[in-house]
Parts: sequence; structure tokens; C-alpha cells
Amino acid sequence: MASNTPNAATTTQPPPKRTLTRRFQGMLLNLNDVWQFVTRFFREVFLPPYEFGEIVRQCFEVGYKSLGLISLTGFITGLVFTNQSRPSLAEFGATSWLPALIAIAIVRALAPLITALIAAGKVGSNIGAELGSMKVTEQIDAMEVSATNPFKFLVVSRVLATTLMMPVLTMYTAFVALVGGFISVNANEATSLATFVEQAFSAITFLDVFSSTAKAFVFGFTIGIVGCYKGYNSSKGTEGVGRAANAAVVTSMFLIFIEEVIIMQLVNAFRPA
Amino acid sequence: MDTIPTSDVVIAIRGLKISFGDLHVLRGVDLDVYRGENLVVLGRSGTGKSVLIKILVGLLRPDAGTVQVLGQDVTRLAGRELDELRLKLGFSFQNSALYDSMTVRENLRFPLVRNVRNLSSAEVNKAIEEALDDVGLSQTIDQMPSELSGGQRKRIGIARTLILKPDIMLYDEPTAGLDPITSGDINELINEVKERHGTTGIVITHDLTCAKTVGDRVAMLLDGRFERIGTFEEVFEQRADDERVQQFYDYNFVS
Repeated sequence: MASNTPNAATTTQPPPKRTLTRRFQGMLLNLNDVWQFVTRFFREVFLPPYEFGEIVRQCFEVGYKSLGLISLTGFITGLVFTNQSRPSLAEFGATSWLPALIAIAIVRALAPLITALIAAGKVGSNIGAELGSMKVTEQIDAMEVSATNPFKFLVVSRVLATTLMMPVLTMYTAFVALVGGFISVNANEATSLATFVEQAFSAITFLDVFSSTAKAFVFGFTIGIVGCYKGYNSSKGTEGVGRAANAAVVTSMFLIFIEEVIIMQLVNAFRPA
Repeated sequence: MDTIPTSDVVIAIRGLKISFGDLHVLRGVDLDVYRGENLVVLGRSGTGKSVLIKILVGLLRPDAGTVQVLGQDVTRLAGRELDELRLKLGFSFQNSALYDSMTVRENLRFPLVRNVRNLSSAEVNKAIEEALDDVGLSQTIDQMPSELSGGQRKRIGIARTLILKPDIMLYDEPTAGLDPITSGDINELINEVKERHGTTGIVITHDLTCAKTVGDRVAMLLDGRFERIGTFEEVFEQRADDERVQQFYDYNFVS
């Protein structure tokens, strides 16, 4: 029996302490790689030459690629959220609070989060796959030997584009979601547009808009830097490209949720009681 | 250490070593490449042939040794100095490494407009057309890389490096994965580039037909060192002395 044969046991089960040490070392090395990558970004972003043309092109790509999906998702979110919130408020006879509730929920949380998650799936995976493919087919090396800094051209431009475009896309999502919410409120409560706008905007504070925009910047940076890191460091082969695209989405989504919680706590600390 | 000669030596490598973990790839390589010659580096897969030329362009840093290219030690260069040297080197990658998202015209335009300032669009277009004409593929100018055959991609890759008029061309496995006729065309192109532009070349290959056709000299990389350097005939004359060289020759020429 296996339990009575110590030799067999040692060959099939490696010493747990060694494995843990190796994993821990690997994790630290990985963290160091990420740190080097992020610090290199902040070093290169301020140094000339500036790739303005490429940054504008990437901004267009980020915005254009996500626009359709964001429009649809934002609209449905606004519509469904309003419909789902109505019964609870109706129990207290407070359906007149719907515009304020919708506006607060959309501006504070839903718009930045939905936009970031959609962009992580659409843009982040694209960045991971594109850079991963360029890496394994030596296109990044080709760029480097032709005296172009590939980090600046590929990474800095993409990270800046996602960081700058995410607040714009978030505002757009908020607008589309509020349109969805208004359609539902108008159809059910016969609330006019003027009343809806007045009630919605009276509920939103400067802190809400500021925190939403700050979150969008952070989420955009996360999507860009994670996608670029995974693609730029992908291993050889087509399998590596797929893994880079997948890891770009999963890791950035995970980080977005963590950041959401942290920023929410920070903002609430500043919110007047 | 030997004195590194100057004058006609454009690349002088001394005591070059590089390892990847426990794998010692280059174990003390010495090599001189002379102006205007095509030097073929032969060796088995994984012996460090491509690593050698990646060190020459500064894509990899060696563990030890000196690498003088056009009088400058690549191992000590960085930033702008390294970029300036890179502009004098043309690198033809094994898989061509054409930018997938750009047309052939944009692929050739990219290194040109980024490195040569104050060119009018007419001058840029003329340079692109000339480079494509050099490799006989003017008709592909508006095609995407995915629409090209393997041989065409290799040629466009060479054209993209030629557009900057380099002093030294580095070819990484130029005939790998190509049929014999296309391989012959590529060999012819490598010789034409040398004659027409007066470039020095290093050709990495394990294709002996390619080595024989384009190589003024052949250097055989075995166990991390150049064990045989000379003309093709000199390197393979005494092939029976070394089983590895004999196998290499027999496989290529089916003798």
C-alpha cells in the first residue's frame, strides 16, 4: 500500500515547505517585475519624445471599440435598475424618490464600474492579445532594433489612452443609463424630463462626480497597465498570447473590484454625515 | 586578450559568454567580421546562433566579453548611443517580424520617418518604392502582411531594413520554412544586397546550400564556441574528423 511505502510517498508528494518557499519566491519576483514595469511607465511618460499621434490613435481605438457595448449595457442597466428598485420604494409610497436614487447609484457606483468591466473585457483583452502577439512574433524586437522605444510607443500610449478615455466613457455611460432610467420613470410615473433632471441632479454632489471621475482614471490606468504588462511579458508561442489576453481581463477585473472597495471607503470618509 | 584590430574589421567579438539559467549557450566566442563580406554562422538549433546576433544589436546583454561593432562596444552602449548604432545595422528576423497592423507601405515608412528627419512625403514615397524595387516586390505596396507568402514576407522584412541603408545586415535564418526555389531567390537577394549596397552581412542558418551560396566565409558554432572558421570548402574539407560536422554535411547534401 502506498501509505506503507515511504519512498513512493516522497516521490509523489514533494516537500510542502520547499514548494511553498518556491511559490513565495516566485510571487515576490513577479511583484518585483510588476513594480519595475509600473515605475518604468512613470519614468517614460514624462521623457521626450512624446508619441502624440499614437496616443490620439489609441484614444480613438479605446473609445470607438467600447462605445457600442457600453451604450447597450449602460441603457439596460439604467432601465433594469429603475424597474427593480420601484417595488421596494412603492411599498413606502416613495416612488417619487426614484430619480434621485437612480442618479446616486449610477453616478457613484454603476457607471464607473460597468464601464471599467466592459473596457477590461473589450480593450484590456485586445491590448493583452495585440502586445502578446507582437512579442512572440518578434515585432517588439523589430521596433527596438529600428531605434524606436517600443515601451514608449506601445505601452505608454496605450496606458495613457485607457486612463484618459475611461472618465469620458464613464460620463457617457452615466448619461445613457440615466436615459434608460428616465424612460422607465416616464412610462410608469409620468415624470417629466424637467422634473427628472431636477430631482436627479439635486441628489448628486460635487464629491460624487469627483469620486466617480477619480475612480474612472484609476480603473483606466489599471486596465491599460495590466493589459500591457501581460502582453509585453507574454511567453513564447500562441498559447502565451491567449494566456496574456485572458490574464489581462481576469487580473484587471479583480483589481477593479479591490480598487472600488478602497476608493469607496476613502470617499465615504470625506462625505458629510 | 587579443588586440582588437581596426581598419577592415567591422565586428570584433572577444571572449563572449552568455547563459540562461544553467544553460551555457555561448562559452567564450571569438570572431572577426570583415568589411564587405558575408559571414555565415552555422550550427545546430539551440546552439546560440540567433543569440549571437541579438547581442550584436543590443537586444541581449552578454555575461562576459566584448562586442565591438563599427568600433563601438555594444555591451557598454545604452539609450541614444545604442539607437544611433542600431540605425547602422539591419536585422532581418526569422519570421520577418512585419507589423501585422500596418500595410507594406506603412511597415517601410515606420523606421524611415521616425529616424530620418525633414523628409518630404515625396522623398518618403520614393525611398519606399526604391526599397521595394530592390527586393522585387513593388506590387505589394498596399497589401497587408497577412496577404503575403512566406518568401514575400522575408523580402519585405529585408526591404524594411534596407530603407535605412545599413552598413551591416544581420539575417536570422533567411531560408527557414521556405521551399527550395524561394530559398534560392532569397540567397540571390542576399548576394545582391551585398553587391549593390556594399553591406557586410552575418547570415545565421543551418541550410548548407544557403551557406555555400552566400557565404564568403563560414563559421561553425559547436558547443558554444566557433570551432571552424574559413571558406565553405575549408570548413567541410576535413569533415570526417568531427562526427557532428559530418552529420551536418550529410543531412544537407544527402551523401
